[in-house]
Amino acid sequence: MGTENKSITVQMRGITKQFPGVLANDGIDLDVHSHEILALLGENGAGKTTLMNILAGLYQPDAGQISLKGKEVEFQSPKDAISHGIGMVHQHFMLVESLTVTENIILSLQSSGINIHANQVKKRVLELSKQYHLMVDPDAAIWQLSVGEQQRVEIMRLLYRGAEILILDEPTAVLTPEEAADLAKILRKMTEEGKAVILITHKLNEVTSFSDRVTVLRAGHVVSNLLTKDTSKKELARLMVGRDILFHLEKKKCKKGDSVLKLEHIHTTNDKGLPALVDVNLQICTGEILGVAGVAGNGQRELAEVITGLRDITSGKISVNGKDISNSSPFEVIHAGISHVPGDRIGVGLAANLPVSDNLVMKAYRKPPILQGQLVKKKNILQFTKNLIEVFEIKTPSAETPARLLSGGNQQRLILAREITASQGMLIAVYPSRGLDVGATESVRSTLLEQRDKGSAILLISEDLEEITQLSDRIIVLYEGKIMGTVDPESTSLETIGMMMAGQPPANITKTGKEKKTT
Amino acid sequence: MNEAFILSILIITIRAGTSLLYATFGAILTERSGIQNLGVEGIMMVGAASAFAAAYHSGNAWIGLLTAMFVGLILGCIHAFLTITLRAEQVVCGLAMTIFGTGLASFMGQRLGPGNTTMVGLQGPAFERIAIPYLREIPFIGEALFNQDIMVYILYILIPLIWFFIYKTRQGLELRAVGENPQAIDALGMNVTKTRFIYTVVGAILMGIAGAHLSLGYLQGWADNITGGRGWIAIALVIFSTWNPLRAVLGALLFGGINALQFRMQAAGTTLPSSFLNMLPYIATILVLVLITMIERKSKKLGTPTALGIPFVREEKK
Amino acid sequence: MRIQFEKRTDQSRLSGFLIPLISFFLALVFCAVILIIFGINPIQAYSVMVKGALGSTYSLTETLVKAVPLMLTGLGVSIAFQMHFWNIGAEGQLAMGGIAAAYVALFLKDVIPSSLLLPVMFLAGALIGAFWALIPAMLKAAIGVNEILTTLMMNYIAILLVEYLYLGPWRDPKGYGFPGTAQFVEAAWLPRLTGRVHYGIIFAVLGAVMLWFILKYTKFGYEIRLIGENPKAARYTGINITKNILVVMLLSGGLSGIAGMAEVSGISHRLYTGLAVGYGYTAIIVAWLASLNPWSILFVAFFMGALLVGGDQLQIAMQTPAAVADILQGAILFFMLGGSIFHTYRIKIIHKKTIVHGESEHE
Repeated sequence: MGTENKSITVQMRGITKQFPGVLANDGIDLDVHSHEILALLGENGAGKTTLMNILAGLYQPDAGQISLKGKEVEFQSPKDAISHGIGMVHQHFMLVESLTVTENIILSLQSSGINIHANQVKKRVLELSKQYHLMVDPDAAIWQLSVGEQQRVEIMRLLYRGAEILILDEPTAVLTPEEAADLAKILRKMTEEGKAVILITHKLNEVTSFSDRVTVLRAGHVVSNLLTKDTSKKELARLMVGRDILFHLEKKKCKKGDSVLKLEHIHTTNDKGLPALVDVNLQICTGEILGVAGVAGNGQRELAEVITGLRDITSGKISVNGKDISNSSPFEVIHAGISHVPGDRIGVGLAANLPVSDNLVMKAYRKPPILQGQLVKKKNILQFTKNLIEVFEIKTPSAETPARLLSGGNQQRLILAREITASQGMLIAVYPSRGLDVGATESVRSTLLEQRDKGSAILLISEDLEEITQLSDRIIVLYEGKIMGTVDPESTSLETIGMMMAGQPPANITKTGKEKKTT
Repeated sequence: MNEAFILSILIITIRAGTSLLYATFGAILTERSGIQNLGVEGIMMVGAASAFAAAYHSGNAWIGLLTAMFVGLILGCIHAFLTITLRAEQVVCGLAMTIFGTGLASFMGQRLGPGNTTMVGLQGPAFERIAIPYLREIPFIGEALFNQDIMVYILYILIPLIWFFIYKTRQGLELRAVGENPQAIDALGMNVTKTRFIYTVVGAILMGIAGAHLSLGYLQGWADNITGGRGWIAIALVIFSTWNPLRAVLGALLFGGINALQFRMQAAGTTLPSSFLNMLPYIATILVLVLITMIERKSKKLGTPTALGIPFVREEKK
Repeated sequence: MRIQFEKRTDQSRLSGFLIPLISFFLALVFCAVILIIFGINPIQAYSVMVKGALGSTYSLTETLVKAVPLMLTGLGVSIAFQMHFWNIGAEGQLAMGGIAAAYVALFLKDVIPSSLLLPVMFLAGALIGAFWALIPAMLKAAIGVNEILTTLMMNYIAILLVEYLYLGPWRDPKGYGFPGTAQFVEAAWLPRLTGRVHYGIIFAVLGAVMLWFILKYTKFGYEIRLIGENPKAARYTGINITKNILVVMLLSGGLSGIAGMAEVSGISHRLYTGLAVGYGYTAIIVAWLASLNPWSILFVAFFMGALLVGGDQLQIAMQTPAAVADILQGAILFFMLGGSIFHTYRIKIIHKKTIVHGESEHE
């Protein structure tokens, strides 16, 4: 594809950025060419996003230079970067939810004066829509749009401002396989017109299916620059992690027992009052992991919340070991033996400013030996805490250290330690390895398998298909709050699951094979 | 009830509602940018004291108004510096502003009369009522709407202006966005800190003006605790208005009406003790808050700016 | 050159001590500027205040007299603030406690044996104060009504109620028009320790012990801390937030109610206009300056009491408005708040040449 006119447009040299306690970028050199898609590959914490935030003007480097078409530049703010044609689509979209598409685009335009020129902007949006196949309704409010559409608004916004270099941070994490394929087409179209695209990713699939060239980062350094066609997933994985990684966890055969948790005809609504779960039926048995696949925002969060008592159901029945716990309080659910590793680690799972010890006893404090009468025994808390830190290998300076100072992996180990200890046979794990590095991910996953082998019933909600297929004994796919079907991870292809995630019932898929139905 | 009685209620409604509405507008602009300023009461109080003092000594009500605006600007800068630059807890900072402002105003009240004496009971220049020819002749409402002081008329112009500004201009769009998602505004290269600073200060100036109208327009004089909780009622009105200036007008009229009723009933010699009459606005505030909270919970359409009260921090890694 | 805030990865011990000290000093300077603007010599004013508040046994006892209600209300609001429940209704809760105690003293003095009069007044004050706090707590817990505004509105209502009572039905018929109730019988007087310092100070110390114990050693205290730190985590872990809001507010209002009882029973021996004079608002400053720590609250309350007495002395000695004390209070809180950023951030100053090509902002 279009190798003829390639020329270096961005040159980053010796970029160094220090954050308190972390050297995020250490003397990084990077070249970006026009007419091509560059993948910036690395684990979480490798420094990819920091480097791109520097290029996009959001951060200023402590050392190093950036040149654009041979001319040295310095960006004091995103405004500077944008005026030089560099734009970034962040992982968390930078859109104002309560405003419309057009209003969001107007916001991004450099203009003085008070007029908002809504009609002109709308016209240009429609033109760009056509040119790049970016279908968006200019009058819709952002909160009404799907994640894929929101991403298109972000891209549209950069194109509108004439961006020549587009940076996308983990763009497919939130997309169905189908939407991802559309995105690839859009990006191709843009490189054909001479633009440069940089893709930040830690997914090998994304590198191989999207990019022309790949730069691998590890621990703040560039470890390799390769042409995508000359490399393999295996090589990339080794470069990214620095050692060979296990693509398959040791997984014993599942010894499924009696049914523990049962959901019958569950309906509920989301925060906006719209249906979030529609007639959901499922059950989980001891010694089994039930995986819930689906694109984020299709009812996963609500599913975890109705089971754990954080959200009321509008109809249906939830039972644990035959006992009805529909619309019970979180306290009653915990009492019934259900533990919960929440998706939002900092926001829900921890009181981040309190010490590790206070966080570890968040469930145990109501029972002896910690609780004696109405008093909590400091000495017993300390003992309890020390024990868990040791058994679950939580790396913390001390039991008194505030939880927020721990690394993401250790925070998650803390939560797992607490929840597994409190659990009586049932665990709900939501995005358990999100944002963790490879080592921590491995450890979290093997902990979950270990629990399964000990006879726990585990509901695993994840947006990482690889994780779901690796760990689960059965998989259900959620789409718009409905279960599209239950499949066996051994005998089902990723494509099939992917199509179910996009809303196709499994029956259709087997009939039409791998053919994609346009919606 | 005769026509004259209702008319007199209407007149006071508008006079009493004016200062409330200035303060509410100030709080709406501040909160729309994502900053909570609970110091309205304090800023109004200092505004009222300084406006009266300056007007008294200069003999010119306009100088009083300008002084109140200047004082509002200074206090707004303090709040903005503490909450935006230094990221101080906004709730406590607002309370500190109220305590500080109440103290300062009381100090001024005792000190700024002739020869370092009290200002209580002094008569000074004020904004007198000006009848607008022709419009005043409109049956019934003419007299209430168009025989008021100049600050009321300025407010009439301000109402559509602020509405237009918030919903129809680029700056208004930025203001709405910065209170919803400052990270997004920052990523677009706009200056969140500056935007918030500006609206916090402009908001405080409006609160100063609100105070000035108390001592120069509505009550025409200085008395200890002249605001009597109006600053807090203005904050309640912001919630009532769902941050929409037009609905705020409605709220200000409602509370102005309660004030007027209180006045008239007292004048008419009701058997109700005045203490109970004076409770009316506060009880009404609680009732209105309860009602609006219930309605908003039901419709799930909360108008609260998403980022309200949350300091904006950019360069930080978790 | 740019100034940046960088999050601390450690916790500084020094800053916990230095910040209040520097803040206090800067507040003094700030107020000195205000005093100079108004033509008052700040050094003279400050020395009058210090002497007036701490210079003699008498002034020390007067400082304690003012400190007692500040301690009790300060403790009261602090426990609500622990949970990030913004109870700024201590003033009204104090007033209601005063009303309740006065009712017992005035109208039940013949029904209740005189030895039980004080305990009943104490209970009545605590209960009615708690009840007054319970209303906004219930509105918050049940429908989510903004508690800042409701607690505040309740202050105005309570103060007007006090006014209605002493001017109306409870007014002393033999008082020659004095705005207040008749004096209580002596059995309803809280015994005094020295000067005008009464048993209220013991209530305050006991209150601090109680809160310290609750926060540090009980299940309830752990739950309050968790709710204050992260309500979502608290809910997730099965804590009943509604129940905790109600209990905490009962406690909070009860402490302020006791302050009101102690004021009428220990100082004024009647209900009159001097009951609600702003202790409930100063309590917010007390609690905050003390970082919500019960022991520190006792000390900060003493300090604020000194400020109030000093302000009164200023008025007497220099005909300078006592409101100087309020201004100082507000200013100290401003500087403390401004300084609190240094607990969590360190300041980094970056010297760098700025080369900007093309158009760019200069702000």
